Amino acid sequence: MPGLDTPRAPGALAPDTLAAAREAGLAEAARLGATDASIRIEEVRSQVVSLRDAALETAVDDTEVGMGLRVLHDGSVGFAATVEVTPGAAARLARDAVGAARAVAAARRRSVELAHEPSHGEVTWSSPHVTDPTMVPFAEKVALLEEWSRRLLRAEGVDHASASVRCVSEHKHYADLAGTVATQHRVRLHPQVTVVALERHGAGFESMRTLAPPVGRGWEYLGGDGWDFDAELAELPALLAAKLAAPSIEPGRYDLVVDPTNLWLTIHESIGHATELDRALGYEAAYAGTSFATPDRLGSLRYGSKVMHVTGDRTAEHGLATVAIDDEGVAAQSFDLVRDGMLVGFQLDRSIAAAAGRDRSNGCAFADSALHVPIQRMANVSLQPAPSEGPTTEELIAGVDRGLYILGDKSWSIDMQRYNFQFTGQRFFRIEHGRLTGQVRDVAYQATTTDFWGSMEAVGGRSTYLLAGAFNCGKGQPGQVAPVSHGAPSVLVRGVNVLNARAEGGR
Amino acid sequence: MSEATGLPPAHAVVDAALAAASGAGCIVLVEDRSGADVRFATNTVTTNGVRRARHVTVVALAEVDGGFAAGVASRAGVVDPAELARAALADAQGGRATDDAAPLPGGVVDPHFGDEPPTTDLDVLGGVLGALGAAFERAERVGTVLAGFAQHTMVTTSLGTSTGLRRRHVQPTGTFELVGRADGGSRSAWVGRGTVDFADVDVEEVEAALRRRLEWATNHVELDHGRYEVVLPPGAVADLMTYLYGEASGIDAEDGRSVFSAAGGGTRVGTRLATLPFDLYSDPATPSLECVPFLAVGASSSQASVFDNGLGLERTAWLRGGVLAQLFYPRARAARTGCSAAAPIDNLALELPGATGTTDDLVAQTERGLLLECLWYIREVDPTTLLLTGLTRDGVYLVEDGEVRGAVNNFRFNESPVDLLERATQAGATVRTLGREFNEWLPRVAMPPLRVPDFNMSSVSPAS
Repeated sequence: MPGLDTPRAPGALAPDTLAAAREAGLAEAARLGATDASIRIEEVRSQVVSLRDAALETAVDDTEVGMGLRVLHDGSVGFAATVEVTPGAAARLARDAVGAARAVAAARRRSVELAHEPSHGEVTWSSPHVTDPTMVPFAEKVALLEEWSRRLLRAEGVDHASASVRCVSEHKHYADLAGTVATQHRVRLHPQVTVVALERHGAGFESMRTLAPPVGRGWEYLGGDGWDFDAELAELPALLAAKLAAPSIEPGRYDLVVDPTNLWLTIHESIGHATELDRALGYEAAYAGTSFATPDRLGSLRYGSKVMHVTGDRTAEHGLATVAIDDEGVAAQSFDLVRDGMLVGFQLDRSIAAAAGRDRSNGCAFADSALHVPIQRMANVSLQPAPSEGPTTEELIAGVDRGLYILGDKSWSIDMQRYNFQFTGQRFFRIEHGRLTGQVRDVAYQATTTDFWGSMEAVGGRSTYLLAGAFNCGKGQPGQVAPVSHGAPSVLVRGVNVLNARAEGGR
Repeated sequence: MSEATGLPPAHAVVDAALAAASGAGCIVLVEDRSGADVRFATNTVTTNGVRRARHVTVVALAEVDGGFAAGVASRAGVVDPAELARAALADAQGGRATDDAAPLPGGVVDPHFGDEPPTTDLDVLGGVLGALGAAFERAERVGTVLAGFAQHTMVTTSLGTSTGLRRRHVQPTGTFELVGRADGGSRSAWVGRGTVDFADVDVEEVEAALRRRLEWATNHVELDHGRYEVVLPPGAVADLMTYLYGEASGIDAEDGRSVFSAAGGGTRVGTRLATLPFDLYSDPATPSLECVPFLAVGASSSQASVFDNGLGLERTAWLRGGVLAQLFYPRARAARTGCSAAAPIDNLALELPGATGTTDDLVAQTERGLLLECLWYIREVDPTTLLLTGLTRDGVYLVEDGEVRGAVNNFRFNESPVDLLERATQAGATVRTLGREFNEWLPRVAMPPLRVPDFNMSSVSPAS
């Protein structure tokens, strides 16, 4: 049993335990007449360590073990889950899932179908990493965050420092009646540091957070593999002080150079969710919402300017949505969503693919736990950099007479059809005559999705590209949380409406 | 429907873990969860689930240099409680003194501590499922598309401490949400209900409420952004107050990092926030909003401490007579700062004493304004003022001379719930309701409808 200071071998569930449970569950489902059945047995270890002003505030080391079984039975889907992992419990799940399918049949008006997926046989896959971050002793995590915090608290102008790291190690064992048996292990982590400076006169404060993205990497990420934390921490206090002293933005239209540390979230909200076909077809109408990008506009909806090329994939190295086999047994794929500014694709799972008359899912099913049914979730949705050398961020800035360079995500909100969005950020630098001339504060940018992407004049080259993302994308009822990455270059967008957040609040 | 599981009784898990953690103190928290849910969309059922889960958390304490350290280990599934306790203890012994340490509460032993946890299944939703089939048929006949969600959970919390405390609480929670969309979504409405057991959920009544709003929307009015007088129904008020409630950390306020921080240091406790004498309070004993009457948290935060687990929760006024009365404080922090300890409670009510009237009554008294149904995608923009942004959703209606004239386009708003309390000019009677966005986090809420004379609609959203 894991303790915070007692690492253990990954995948504690023995192979024969997994095999016995999956076989019992699938056999019982088949015996009861299920035409499709899949079982997932998962062990997910999640840790949170957070320090407030260098003192430990929150420590969580949680392992969730469970088993979920889905059937397609007489045109209805049924799903049942439990935390017990035994052959007896698996057979019981099959009976419960078939029972659920029968129970909901009273209100079913159309049969559910699942697009065919061939067997992929036995698949074993692990996300690339050196050290599973959940295996690092808890004391080592606290010590590192404490050292970072003290470094920042010693700096002039820093009144408070919060530091945290979230680590996840996810073991998924999947099997279905088609014959696919997939054993997958993914790790991910997200370190975050925020410094706070209080106004010296009156109430109020400013904060600044690190830009380091969450990644599908091991603990080596914190040692500099993929991000230079020492460099970022070193510049935070001065950046914070400059932000606190910065003038408040004058609202109006500005040209924006948006850094990938900010743009990933705009991509996520205005492209990622908008190209989920379950939304467009109305399956999320009660909760997450629908989409303006409907199937009848495939190939004709001008999503953005000609330089816009957006892909979906479950294959990007270190991507948070990257797998080998998805939670419906579909092999990971990569596909176009927007090409030359035109809508050309959607993200699918097997039921949505069938509902839309497609032959095959493109592998976007995910469940955040064995206790939840898989639904269509986001692939890594990424804006591609300029195909050749492409401009650097400095070259993009050089092309702006009056604008803002925006880094880091903060506040976000978008409507239920993915039209109207508003984002803030961590750092806003004024651009005057092609040069950065210091920070401004209280910036929020607001736009309609197609206007914003239609005004994207240039995308940066490969050198500006970064894979960023989030651990906490929410969707579905009951709510599920999915990790997802978004790659982006720096981009130049002309004439975006910028608000002053203080003025919006009537100040 | 579900067969019995092979999980050992919760009280045995508590006892075994306590016996194994021979440190300076121990808390064991067992959460047994049983749930059943159905989703529907496009006039048919889509996904569903029945599930059983158990989650065990052990908080072990150890005396270390400078005070006490806590170690926390938790696991969902079939758990060896002694091993989990030893892991938590090892971590405590290797940890550092924490500043939220306080003597563990003790003394109370609930008489039903050893009872089996009750379960739920899809039978609870049988009435809803039966009625939905007919509702889908009716909807299809008139060109309306229904979508929604019905969920029932039973969560049994068993908490034991090395100081002899044994608490148990069974929490039933039900929610039912129905959305209707017509004319390709250009007319839409949402109705949500919170319930304990679905006995009081009448699908046809909900359907009729939806129909009324969809009929209002047959006339469409385009309006520009700007400040409008609005009537916020209880559900919309719930989402705004839920956000405010989540920000009520006394530690954040003292650190100067929240809307409840006072200029020059300290907090705004004792300051008038609302012009009208509103009470905002939580009370585990509120009828139909009953919730767990003791603290049960698996991790310390700026709101609550694991050391306070088991602490009895009673009616707590966060706002009394419009004045900020209390923020969240763990006991240790409260003792150091000389204020009262208070922990988050799993329900929330806003009330203007003596206020009467429904949303319809407020609409009838409106010369010109907007009736909002739902707020959506509410996120913080400026923590210093708690400025929130979000969208209107599934129903914005123009009201003139006390009558709904038609549906209006959606808007993005930028508003602070603290400012809204200050600017609200009228409230109706408080009723049980359900917030659209945050009901999964806080399903037990009672709110009044509010009138705000100058709600900031920052821009138009073309979404429908």
